[in-house]
Amino acid sequence: MHFFIQELVNGLTQGSLYALIALGYSMVYGVLKLLNFAHGDLYMVGAFIGYFVIQWFGGPMALSVPVPLVLLVMFVLAGGGVGMLGVAIERFAYRPLRDAPRIAPLITALGVAFLLENTMLLLFGASYRDYNTSAFISFSTGIHIGPLNVDIVRIMVIVLSIVLMFALTMIVNRTKLGRQMRAVASDREAAEMLGINVDYTIAATFFLGSALAGIAGVMAGLVFNQIYTLMGFVAGLKAFTAAVVGGIGSIPGAMLGGMLIGIAESFVTGYISSTYTNLIVFGILIAVMLARPTGLLGRVPLQKV
Amino acid sequence: MSVEPKDPSIGVDEWVARSAQRAEYAPGWRGQAQRRWERIGWWPRLGIAALAGAAVPLLTVNDFQLQIGINALLLALLALGLNISVGWAGLLDLGFIAFYGFGAYGFALLSSNQLSTSGVHLPAYASVPIVMVGAACLGLMVGLPSRRLIGDYLAIITLFFGEAFVEFTNNVATNKLGGPNGIVAIDPYKAFGAQITTNKGYFYLLLILLVLTMAALHLLDTSRTGRAWRAVREDPLAAEMMTIPVNRVKLMAFSFGAVVAALAGTVFAAQQISVFPTDFDTTFLILIYAALILGGAGSIGGAVLGGLILSVTLDGFLRSPTQSGYLFYGVILLTLIVKLRPWWRLIAVVAGTALFGLVVHAIVHAVSASAVAGGPQSSGWIADLVRNWVVVPRNPAAAGNVGFVLLLGLLIALVQVRGRWRTVLLVPTLYLSVCVWEGRLVTVPAITRQILIGAILIVMMNARPQGLLGSRRVEVV
Repeated sequence: MHFFIQELVNGLTQGSLYALIALGYSMVYGVLKLLNFAHGDLYMVGAFIGYFVIQWFGGPMALSVPVPLVLLVMFVLAGGGVGMLGVAIERFAYRPLRDAPRIAPLITALGVAFLLENTMLLLFGASYRDYNTSAFISFSTGIHIGPLNVDIVRIMVIVLSIVLMFALTMIVNRTKLGRQMRAVASDREAAEMLGINVDYTIAATFFLGSALAGIAGVMAGLVFNQIYTLMGFVAGLKAFTAAVVGGIGSIPGAMLGGMLIGIAESFVTGYISSTYTNLIVFGILIAVMLARPTGLLGRVPLQKV
Repeated sequence: MSVEPKDPSIGVDEWVARSAQRAEYAPGWRGQAQRRWERIGWWPRLGIAALAGAAVPLLTVNDFQLQIGINALLLALLALGLNISVGWAGLLDLGFIAFYGFGAYGFALLSSNQLSTSGVHLPAYASVPIVMVGAACLGLMVGLPSRRLIGDYLAIITLFFGEAFVEFTNNVATNKLGGPNGIVAIDPYKAFGAQITTNKGYFYLLLILLVLTMAALHLLDTSRTGRAWRAVREDPLAAEMMTIPVNRVKLMAFSFGAVVAALAGTVFAAQQISVFPTDFDTTFLILIYAALILGGAGSIGGAVLGGLILSVTLDGFLRSPTQSGYLFYGVILLTLIVKLRPWWRLIAVVAGTALFGLVVHAIVHAVSASAVAGGPQSSGWIADLVRNWVVVPRNPAAAGNVGFVLLLGLLIALVQVRGRWRTVLLVPTLYLSVCVWEGRLVTVPAITRQILIGAILIVMMNARPQGLLGSRRVEVV
């Protein structure tokens, strides 16, 4: 039973990261109908920003300011910086192609992902970098009952993810910006005719989605410690799976999908074997897609002729 | 000519676009030559190209250069295969690399000692057809989701198929598939006592296969099936109304593409004598896409040309700093000559850049001598030429990184401004790019390669989405 709960917590942690990344995929898909392959790499950039914040404050061993402040700066800088990067990518790579055939922005997205990954490789090299979280957040804080160990970082990640998802849901459902986003998602031309600033709305969507990916990157660094320039690809792929399983374009779907993939991965690793984790996750994806092509919570798009 | 599909070409279909393209031919001898070339029919053209290719090994004796040629032909063959599903049928297949891997692994298993415990060790003339038939079936299987899924969803599921292939070869049945260690000691291509072991042999084998595939695909393209593919690409619903069996046509596209890729895979395995899971990762898939996009999706000649150009550029030139320098400066000069009209603007920009560099170098040298102490990291006469012109500090890596980020910013700014400011901004951009090149990029060819591929994809999609030889794709609304 302890083992079960342990794996469940691990799955939820991993799942919240996937869900945060998947939200960005899903939102961008919603407004632009574009699979932003560069999204996973934004997550990697976020992880690096967090790493440099730690170094800037004196390194994990000798932080010059209180830990909560460091965490706050990490999240704000990673979220803001990656958000701006996302807006820049949209502005310069995707906006000129907004009315091009669908395949053009998709290939561009592949190119952007490749460029981003290799620019980071050029700047920071291929070596692994270590957050060394346990040096400034003691592992012994948190819940420890018998063999069950849930450290404070994992609790923080899960709680913060839930808060962020709740906030995002509120933004999308309750604010003016959210209403504009939904309008653009359902019909861009009609939205434009009704006086919605489409460019601004799309840029805002990219900002929000990318910021979530950046924050997820910092969380990944805190939980798993190791970061490297190619970490974005696999995580992006999994998050992508999550978004699709949940129904791409649907925000609750992305959350559900992320959690499901995370938990499935954790249980497969814990109970079966870590060798087959990815194969089984891909298998789940293919099965879900074939059974429900629009995902668990996705709606069947109306085909206009 | 009054056909003017210049910018807002919505509502113009492929055929109209093509006739408009013909009308757009350049005047003078260039247009004349182009028209002549197009008038001589497809098979003499293919023959001329094949003869030109066959002459290549006569020009060199170097095994390394032949290896580059083999890689280029392989990439061209793969781009041809990808062109079937992506270019013609409009199905975004991101799992294409798995078919290539299947071909290589299939040949490796059947034509080596890997399965000899169960008594299977076939000669190439038996195993290659088996692998190709297997690939056709696999293509059908992977294509099956295309009956229900369209567009991005299909892209996703095929992407996962490609990833699953790498996972599979890495982790499943490691005693047979070798896991990360791959399969080694694979037979060469051999039939009836003769076998191909030299690079020259494989070059000619690939050339013959490529020409045969091109001919077969041309016939296919102009057949009912080819027209059906393009109809399905333009509008599946309308195609269905025209009684085209849409699902069957889609499956055929997957299957044909898989067969071509598997064929390339068998040659790859036989020539390399070994296969590893990392040979078939997503990076290579993106390279194939880049080749197809560069050449022009939907065009046979384009796919082959894209594969050849990209492969020769990346493998041939980017290996040695001197040759990559020729490529770098050559491409920049060529772009300037093509893009900067009239001629005095070109002269002004080049002279301005030279002057700008001298001034910057003098100022930086006066401020701190160590900031220009690095000198170009490449060698040769170009490096000597720019030695006292570029600013490369003693520790070029860190400064080069900052310079690279600055360069990206400048390039973006360059795209945004118009008119005179663009010409003005071009000067520092050119200078900075030379500095970054000489100080940093030359020293890391592997990363430069990847950055180039990414840049090619983005630039092509924004500047010329139809590629070098492709015909303009037009969205019908």
